[in-house]
This record gives sequence, C-alpha cells and structure tokens, in this order.
Amino acid sequence: MSANVAAAAKAAPSSGETPAISVKDLRKCFGDHEVLKGISLEAHKGDVISILGSSGSGKSTMLRCINLLEIPDSGEVRVDGELIKMKQGRDGRQMPADIRQVERIRANLAMVFQSFNLWSHMTVLENLVAAPTHVLKRPRAECLEQAEALLKRVGIWERRDYYPPHMSGGQQQRAAIARALAMNPKVMLFDEPTSALDPELVGEVLRVMRSLAEEGRTMLVVTHEMSFARDVSSKVMFLHKGEVDSVGEPKEMFARPPTPQFKQFIANFNK
Amino acid sequence: MEFLNDLKDQVSTAYELLAAGWGVQLLWGIAWTLAVTVVSMLIGAVLGSLVAAAKLSHRGGLRFIGESYTTVFRGEPELLIIYLFYYGGTQVLTGVARSTGSIGSTDILNMPSFLGGVLAVGIISGAYQAEVFRGSFLAIHRGELEAARAYGMSAWLRFRLVIVPQVLRLAVPGLGNVWQLTIKDSALISVTGVAELMLTANKAARSTHHSLLFYTVAGILYLVMTSISTPIFEKAERYTSRSFTRPK
Repeated sequence: MSANVAAAAKAAPSSGETPAISVKDLRKCFGDHEVLKGISLEAHKGDVISILGSSGSGKSTMLRCINLLEIPDSGEVRVDGELIKMKQGRDGRQMPADIRQVERIRANLAMVFQSFNLWSHMTVLENLVAAPTHVLKRPRAECLEQAEALLKRVGIWERRDYYPPHMSGGQQQRAAIARALAMNPKVMLFDEPTSALDPELVGEVLRVMRSLAEEGRTMLVVTHEMSFARDVSSKVMFLHKGEVDSVGEPKEMFARPPTPQFKQFIANFNK
Repeated sequence: MEFLNDLKDQVSTAYELLAAGWGVQLLWGIAWTLAVTVVSMLIGAVLGSLVAAAKLSHRGGLRFIGESYTTVFRGEPELLIIYLFYYGGTQVLTGVARSTGSIGSTDILNMPSFLGGVLAVGIISGAYQAEVFRGSFLAIHRGELEAARAYGMSAWLRFRLVIVPQVLRLAVPGLGNVWQLTIKDSALISVTGVAELMLTANKAARSTHHSLLFYTVAGILYLVMTSISTPIFEKAERYTSRSFTRPK
C-alpha cells in the first residue's frame, strides 16, 4: 500500500458508527494468478464509492467477493458489523460456514450486473417481486405496489408486462436497478452497470444511478464511467494489479493524481 | 375391372371385420397405448430429472451413476430391457414369494404386465429425458442463476423459481422427441401381454388371417398418434418460449 492510501484513509470521515461494509485483507487466486493481493475497504452509510481500475485489476472480483459470488481465499468481509463466517472446506479452501447467513446478507446487498441478468422467463414486474416475496417473505400485494412505484421511478412502468429479452439494454438495466431497489438493500453493488450498453443508452442508466446517489444510498460502483466517478461518487478507489493503488476524494484525485499509475489510467481515458 | 372388384371385396371385408368388434378393440388398444406412454413418460420424467441432476453433480460418484444409467439404458435394445424387467421381475418376485412361503414351491408370481411394462419403458424414456434435461440446464444463462444467488435465494428457491421454469421451457422440443420414441417403445410391451394397440393388431391379424389389413390399420393409427402430438408440442413450445419470441 502506498503512502497516499494511508493519507486518504485518515482524511476519510471516520465517524463512530459501524461501517456498512468493511473488507479486510481480501485475497483471491484463480489458479496460479493472484487476482486480489490483500484489499481492504470501508464503506459507511451514504458513501458512493467508485472502484476504478484497468481490466484484470481485480475490481469486479473484489465486488463479487463481498456478496460471496466468489469465495475469497482469505480475508474478512463484514456487513453492518456482522462478520461473514468462513470455514475450511474439505479441499483445504475457504468456504462459507453458514449458507443461511450468506443468503440473508446477500439479500441486503442487491447487485446490479454488467449483463443485467434479469430472469428471462419472468415479466419485468415478476422480476421485481420474485426475491422480495420469496426471500424476504413480504406480502405480495405490498411488493407489487412497491414494484410499480419503482418502475415509474426508473421510467419503464409501461414496460412492466414485457419480458426482458424484448427490451433495450438501457431499459433492462433500469429494470435491474429497480429489482435491486425492491429489496430495500442496505448497500447496492454495481458491477460495470453501463459496460454492456450502447453509448446512447448509457445516459439513461447513469441518470438513475445519480439520483440514487443523491438520495443517500450506499453504493459500491465498479465502473469505467469517469464522469460518474468524478462528479457523483463520494470516494474513488483505484485498483492496480490486485492492490489498492490509491483512495481519495474524487475531485482531488482527478485534479492531482496521487500515483503515476492513476495518472496514466485517467490519461488513457482522456485521449 | 377384376382388380377393382377385388379391391371392393377387400374393403367390404375390412369394414365387416372392423365392425364385427375388432374396431372397438383397436380403439381400446389406442387407449392402452396412450396410457402406457403417459405413465412411462411420467416415470421417465422423475428418473430423468434425478439422473440429469446426478450427471451435473460435482460429486464424482453421483456423476458416475448418472453416466452409467444413460449409457446402459440408451445402449441396450429396448426389447431386452423389457424382457429383463418382465421375466426377470417375475423370477425375482417368484423367488421372494416362494422363500417367504406366501406361494407354493411350484407356483409362479407373475410381474404385473402393465407395471413391468411401464417400468421398463419409463426407465428407457428416463435415460433420454435425462439428456434433454441436462442439455436444457446447461443452456440456462449462467448470469440468471448468479442473479438468483446474489438476491439471497436458497438452492431450493433457485431450483423452483429459475431452474425448473427455464429447463421446462428449453426442454419442450426435446421432450416432444422423447414422447415419440416412447409411443413407439410402448409397442414393445405387447410382449408382456398388455392389450395395447400392437398386441390387439397382432391378435386380430392372427385370428382373422388378415395381417396386411390389421398391421396397416395399426400403422396408420400409430402415425396419427405421433403426428397429432407434433402440433401439440409445437404449441407448447410457442407458449413456453414466449419470452424469447417477439410479441406481435
């Protein structure tokens, strides 16, 4: 870790409250390749953290380790102070000790994927009520009402009875964001939400994400959208080769890149 | 002219024979054929999904069992499997019943012919259905399964809400094929004495010596059954794949 990280960490608001997400020394290998080499991160309520990095820097893997879509080799993840318990599997690798706990925590961490991943056999409305009714066990009528309101909010209410494959990418991603919101999640995880979209559809998705940031949602956003990172997020984290290269306040980071790697990274985007 | 007269005679004989009761018997044959096929398909669906799950398992032992099942029951002649279940089953039942003293030492306890038949055909149908289900599962978009996990769904919820509906949707065309195979296999269980269409046609042909007539009629009836099922499965396919086809 460079000196900049320590400085940035000190500058971050360190209120006494429990962090919404706290990740410590996360490590993960795929075969011989070490993708995460000890990553730590803290997100407080209301934080919007943009996680930047070139492809292969480990940013998506890190995000997927938080809700255990990938199982980290070591390190700890806490959600709202609750440690996700791990145990040694028979093959010697770490695995979740209590799958019920993981499922309960996942339900609090709604994820938005690069390729939307809406359930294609359900209509948009069904996509929004499936997990709240079955996982959170909330009454269906209440879920339907909320789902319709959310679809109005992201501007695709009139598409509520469509099947996902019949909609544009931008509409699907907005539906996917609405599906995430329907969980009333503590933290939202965005995994490159605009990377699979045609350029003219990126704006409609970013607008929704910006409005979520403005209403104080806690968000971790893996993205290549520099304008979102700079103008919307409250913190920027730059990963380089599986390590945290630098963390800081966005305007400051972009105005005065703290490391040569980050400078190089944003220079490539401004070309 | 003589040929035409001959044909006329043939037709009137055919009419008389069918009206004399063979027609009704053939209709009963159809009913039994459909009953055998439906029950076998259901047995096959249960076995097929278990075997598909075993083949997809990450446990080596289960995978081996699944692989063996599909290899054996697709690789052996159907007739052999039916003999094995019917006569072999009779032998086992008789042995057990004799040793427990529930029948005399020279008595024979027959495998019930319908049960033996549908078990055999169902097990074969299951081997083919397993392949259909496995292929359908592998065709599910991985990201949708991942989303189900990310939203906190348990294994059972993922199975019920995402895997089953999608597998069924993707499996319909393949199941249509298996249904046709199973209709044809059902003819083989005539050897166990179930009075389905094949056995009835056989009986009629032998007792009236009109083989050409009865086998032709039975052939047409089989063709009607298999070809009626095609549009039904096509309709089912249109319904289950509605989320992929453009709305009109």
